[in-house]
Amino acid sequence: MAVSPPEVHGPYAIQLRGIVKRFGPVLANDRIDLDVLPGEIHGLLGENGAGKSTLVRILFGLCPKDEGEIWVGGRPAEITGPAHAIRLGIGMVHQHFMLVDRLTVTENLIAGMEPIRRGLIDLKTARQQVEQVARQYGLAVDPDARVEELSVGEQQRVEILKALLREVRVLILDEPTAVLTPQEVDELFRVMRALKAQGKTLIFITHKLREIMAVTDRVTVLRNGRKVGTVRTAETTPEELAQMMVGRKVILRVGRSEGRPGPVRLEARGLRLAGRDGRLRLRDVSLQVRAGEILGVAGVEGNGQLELEDVVTGLRQPTAGQVWIDGRALWPGPASEPGPRRFRRLGGAHIPSDRSRRGLVPPWPVSRNAVLGRQREAPFARRGLLRFQPIRRHAEAIVERLQVRVPSLEAPAAALSGGNQQKLVVGRELAFEPQVVVAAQPTRGVDIGAIELIHQALLRMRAAGKAILLISAELDELLALSDRLVVLFEGAIVAEGRTEGFTEAELGLLMAGGAGRV
Amino acid sequence: MNELFEVLFSINTLTATLRLATPIALAAMAGTVSERAGIINLGLEGKILGGAFAAAYASSLTGSPWLGLLAAVAAGMAMGGLLGLFAIRFRADHVVAGVGLNILMLGLTGLLMQVIWGTRGASPTVPALPTWSIPLLRDLPVLGPLLGSHTPLVYLMLLAAPLLWVWLFRSPAGLRVRMIGEHPEAAATVGIRVQRMQFRCLLLAGALAALGGAHLSLGHLSWFSANMSAGRGYMALAANIFGQWNPLGGALAAALFAFTDALQMRIQTLQIPWPTELVQMLPYGLTIAVVAGAVRRARPPAALGRHYGPDGEG
Repeated sequence: MAVSPPEVHGPYAIQLRGIVKRFGPVLANDRIDLDVLPGEIHGLLGENGAGKSTLVRILFGLCPKDEGEIWVGGRPAEITGPAHAIRLGIGMVHQHFMLVDRLTVTENLIAGMEPIRRGLIDLKTARQQVEQVARQYGLAVDPDARVEELSVGEQQRVEILKALLREVRVLILDEPTAVLTPQEVDELFRVMRALKAQGKTLIFITHKLREIMAVTDRVTVLRNGRKVGTVRTAETTPEELAQMMVGRKVILRVGRSEGRPGPVRLEARGLRLAGRDGRLRLRDVSLQVRAGEILGVAGVEGNGQLELEDVVTGLRQPTAGQVWIDGRALWPGPASEPGPRRFRRLGGAHIPSDRSRRGLVPPWPVSRNAVLGRQREAPFARRGLLRFQPIRRHAEAIVERLQVRVPSLEAPAAALSGGNQQKLVVGRELAFEPQVVVAAQPTRGVDIGAIELIHQALLRMRAAGKAILLISAELDELLALSDRLVVLFEGAIVAEGRTEGFTEAELGLLMAGGAGRV
Repeated sequence: MNELFEVLFSINTLTATLRLATPIALAAMAGTVSERAGIINLGLEGKILGGAFAAAYASSLTGSPWLGLLAAVAAGMAMGGLLGLFAIRFRADHVVAGVGLNILMLGLTGLLMQVIWGTRGASPTVPALPTWSIPLLRDLPVLGPLLGSHTPLVYLMLLAAPLLWVWLFRSPAGLRVRMIGEHPEAAATVGIRVQRMQFRCLLLAGALAALGGAHLSLGHLSWFSANMSAGRGYMALAANIFGQWNPLGGALAAALFAFTDALQMRIQTLQIPWPTELVQMLPYGLTIAVVAGAVRRARPPAALGRHYGPDGEG
């Protein structure tokens, strides 16, 4: 493939020309060009699977390219690996931190470039280096803390320091906000601006329009492995960017009509759950979800959401407390019937937070995944044997209703993109006319188009008088869909009220353990 | 009863403990080195056996036990390399590859014994390692009789444990190894060559375990016999876990196992009417008990047993 050489290499920090990367039959990057100016914050925007991560992995040497050229600081470079990229002055903050939990901050930072004294690591010098860089960029950390003792935000700071210690000029941030609370995101943006002020170049990957608008100078949008265009942030709008991203007009916020909540359908009273170490993961959680109502559960991950999800769907027995569905008890319940089966018998549907481990059997065909949980029932089984014709028809209906893109009904679920997997799960769970829906992180790792469809599906359930418990880490999602909100912090509900009664800043504060309000 | 106690905890029992601990401790250190780098090393048993055989054969061939040691090191590194080839290069399941190595060495040493010596049971006597008597040290009270005279491999074991500790926890290479065992992708992103380092760790581990084997055929005894490792590789693995993946801890745990072994030998020589079979079970029973108890608290390297590929797949 002939690639026209760029006119000028001088002024650019990074230039990518005609980058091509194939994974089997899939073109992850299709002749992508990218020009990054020195000292700018350059946004890389696109849906999941658009090729953003692949592109920066190629730039950082984590993944070999099939075609194309890379120019760093005006010079052509064949980047052979991360070590080479770092030598060229390119650093990366990974979405899943590249830190070892058990080692200290200092050990993590200096590994691979250890100061040596008499053949052994010179820890004193190492600590001084760490403290010096931390001071220079205003990123306070305790050099002797173990990484596992740090909060997610602090760990990210360590990850940034790791690159700065290696004196990189270009820093790639791969979806850095995905794991942060709103306050931590603000702090990250402050750090990013500070780095820019010190002359660093930043490449910022995200699929969130608001973040692009807040912090970038220019944006390059990718779609389906291709570059759609590069625009100045100041000269564009979220709507325009969304359209570039998805390729059609998108409704950024689904409308939620005024609700008419009916009787209570899902109720939890005084739920307690002790973890294996004896610590309480749920502390006297009580909540009610009415017919035609969406109750949102907000909170920073790890504050009891997973445990709440497990208990109200019957997967885990609470240490104390009760759960009722339409006045019938889910907990306590007879040991003879497994909790999840009772949950389904009482009319529950569960959209699990971890779709690949709990929502689907990834190696199985789409068709069989479409009836999971109902495989014993007619018409999918008769006299103990599966009947494939009705199963396939059912799968077909789901795939059509939620516009799941599948190569075939017999393709393994693992072959679907994240968004399509999630649509399959949502479609399956809502297909059985449930009375109560527990939706946990229903749009995690899902592209904008799929988010729109999933949100609409949930709102249709609400309109049909079902009760929906929505557990989500996405504030936007909670604010858009929920009639009421509860905030979980350290296993307890610290605030509860109508959605309109909360501001985003307030919620962020509550999620971080700020003053409670019930 | 008091007399019994004195016999059981005599200097003789403790010296025997040291002798018996040597192969297990060396193999436990081998386990530590490879598992800290993320490779489960179930092949220790085979490496001890192979090392014992190579040492005895080279010693009988050349008449020099020192060349026997060299042969054990070479054989150990070859076996480590073989495990690396399968577990790293071909991404085989570590446990399966390790067990395969054990079975291979059991069969191979049996076959070679037939071919070379025409016997199934034991080789003829081969030149064994000398016993070193260390001046000054041997004259000390208590420590003298305990540490004063041993074969060189006992001293090697006593030196190797602290040296490996320093290497693992204070040297740049050790930090890199630990990082690989915990989070190989993180190691790779700071420029550490993960697979090469893992391979080297397996070579070192192979040499250590094989030296443990050489102690059996050239130090403890002076011949090779079929399956002479007798489960010491598995005990070493247990010692490594009990010792929290720490060379010093592993050596101490090995000493504990060896002590019960020394005890059971003592008990057999005394005229105590306990069934021999039960007494002989002592070290193995303790291994099971210790592992069952220790495993709950133990925290293995986070990426132990996982395959690392340059593209992050797998």
